[in-house]
Amino acid sequence: MKTKNIMIVGVGGQGSLLASKLLGRLLLTRGYDIKVSEVHGMSQRGGSVVTYVRFGDKVYSPVIDKGEADYIVSFELLEAARWTEYLKPGGKIITNIQQINPMPVIIGAAQYPEALVEKMSAAGIDVDAFDALSLAEQAGSAKAVNIVLMGHLSKNFDFTREEWMQAIEQSVPAKFLELNKKAFTLGAEA
Amino acid sequence: MKQLMLGNEAVARGLYEAGCAFVSSYPGTPSTEITEAIAKYPEVYAEWAPNEKVAMESAFGASLAGRRSFCGMKHVGLNVAADPLFTIAYTGVNAGMVIGVADDAGMHSSQNEQDSRHYARSAKIPMLEPSDSAEALAMAKAAYELSEQFDTPVLLKMCTRVSHSQSVVETGVRTEALKEYVKDIPKYVMMPGNAKRRHPVVEARTRALVEFAETTELNRLEEGSDHTMGFITSSTSYQYIKEVYGDTYPVLKLGMIWPMPEKKLRDFAASVDTVVVVEELDSFIQAHCEHLGIACKGKDTFSCIDELSQNRVADAMGVTHDAGIALSEAIPPRPPVMCAGCPHRGLFYTLKKNKLTVLGDIGCYTLGAVAPLGAVDTVICMGASVSGIHGFSKSQQGKADNKTVAVIGDSTFMHSGITGLVNMAYNESNATVIIVDNSITGMTGHQQNPTTGFNLKGDPCAKIDLETLCRAVGIKRVRVVDPYNLAQCDEAIQEELAAQEPSVIISRRPCALLKYVKHKAPLAVDESKCVGCKACMKIGCPAISIVGGKAKVDATQCVGCGVCEQLCKLGALKEV
Repeated sequence: MKTKNIMIVGVGGQGSLLASKLLGRLLLTRGYDIKVSEVHGMSQRGGSVVTYVRFGDKVYSPVIDKGEADYIVSFELLEAARWTEYLKPGGKIITNIQQINPMPVIIGAAQYPEALVEKMSAAGIDVDAFDALSLAEQAGSAKAVNIVLMGHLSKNFDFTREEWMQAIEQSVPAKFLELNKKAFTLGAEA
Repeated sequence: MKQLMLGNEAVARGLYEAGCAFVSSYPGTPSTEITEAIAKYPEVYAEWAPNEKVAMESAFGASLAGRRSFCGMKHVGLNVAADPLFTIAYTGVNAGMVIGVADDAGMHSSQNEQDSRHYARSAKIPMLEPSDSAEALAMAKAAYELSEQFDTPVLLKMCTRVSHSQSVVETGVRTEALKEYVKDIPKYVMMPGNAKRRHPVVEARTRALVEFAETTELNRLEEGSDHTMGFITSSTSYQYIKEVYGDTYPVLKLGMIWPMPEKKLRDFAASVDTVVVVEELDSFIQAHCEHLGIACKGKDTFSCIDELSQNRVADAMGVTHDAGIALSEAIPPRPPVMCAGCPHRGLFYTLKKNKLTVLGDIGCYTLGAVAPLGAVDTVICMGASVSGIHGFSKSQQGKADNKTVAVIGDSTFMHSGITGLVNMAYNESNATVIIVDNSITGMTGHQQNPTTGFNLKGDPCAKIDLETLCRAVGIKRVRVVDPYNLAQCDEAIQEELAAQEPSVIISRRPCALLKYVKHKAPLAVDESKCVGCKACMKIGCPAISIVGGKAKVDATQCVGCGVCEQLCKLGALKEV
């Protein structure tokens, strides 16, 4: 199988590492070669963060480059817009519509762009935007946005619900299992 | 069993399987997780040392005692440990000793982009360089074999993309390795007479290692169908070449980056029309090829700045690839910021308000340089704030005395701030050092240090008392402030700057992200009182923004630290 590329983007602290951990566990059960690249250290502190997930018969590079991503899963709208160039022709952006102001916007040095979903669509980008934060809160915690997004992403793959659930069980603490299963389901149904 | 493992965790697994029994490291991105992962194996003694020099010397002691040992650090940490490195290279080891060093091409979390491979050549010791997690595990084990076979410490060189990428590994079982300590003065006492006899041993060892490099499987030839071109490479650059070209051209992949083979390189060069060396950062493999008289392309094609990627390799080689769609809209950057509730914020606000010159240091508080605070004047390396302020204030002949402070974190102070403070006491500086004590090593992801009272394994242990330590080196004026209390910070800073002797202010409040820190209720804005004056915006808190001309607090981020509340003269910011 040709290598598939998923980018998970967001704001440092939003929980993208758990999402990539979950995907890694899921893909390993199918016997794929996998590479998952993460960001640690300084850039995690509320900055723009990106995780690369690649899988296929043989994966070489640990990173996804411009024009290569099959899917970009974004925790935040501005971050989806930031990384569009990484999407490959025919690729798809799945994004939470939540907006978090970056420091240049907070201090008035820049504006948060308006109507980003429409602008991305107008540029010819396939965007699937939805309110993952509300669904996460409905599931019981705003922190479950990552699992809601994974639920929504799952609609694009042929993994069974059981496979996803097994991966969630391996990735989240037992006491948050039910909450996360619910978050996944809400995301998958959205 | 097949598992997905971070490169750093794979190194730890390799150390474990090789029977490593002693690990001492100082945290530093991207190397930190090696030591965090090895600490989970009960068979291995593992610790955080106060700095890399101590870590390396401790690891040497363990090797001398007959236990396979490891010390891990980031590239700039190896500068700190360079002193023992160059002499352990002469003594050699008893049990195997491996030194992990992780470079940060692209400077994701570093102050420079130095290429640690030069250390292997300068110190005359072998260096292995894996390109993914499976190799990281295998090479950690191979490094011990090499170390004991050739009586040398071995450098295991990682980089951000290998350290922080997960890939599939197959794990094995642990083999215990134990040697007896035997006293050997000519080998281990490096006074001139003995060192003179050891230097030729080092040179002979390198020659033997070159022979080893000719045949070892660490250096791998991958055949290609087209011999008009051939690549010599290592580490992630190998992955990028394979990503772009697949199996089209032959590739000589060097797993042992120093010393390099000679015949193998020449034979490879003779088998292809054009040799292309692909490596990140400096010309290292290329320089060696040229030294051997092998004509090759390299840094004329690829930059020595920043990390490579498949597209960068393709672009440099003129290979086309897909392009994505960039929006015409300007997307505002999202730089890292101090977290909501960060105890450093109140302190840096006070420094800015007093218009002070601030000599900064390495840690989360480097972010005090970012707008809107912009309160830091310089950041060089671990400890440079304290040593730097001494030179700065002495050279300003009194002009800087009431206007200049050094700011250094608790862990960084223990790492290499103490000696600078000793110098200030000894040579009678008139300057103020502020230790921002957030009770943890923050930037690298919450590691314990000598001031926290806990060790790497999380067990309670001896706790260094910063106040006592500062007084013991001769600083008479030592006081503690709460950085959430702006008036207290202001008063302390003004009084200590006015004093005619060196002083230390400890700005103490645990990192807001620590699990045990209890947060207060988020604040909210009373819109009837807020006039949109933006006084609360001066601290650059990510939880506060102006919406419709009034301040707004993001309740999901706010931890109720109350610093903004102290800036609002109208009392519009309050607990709900």
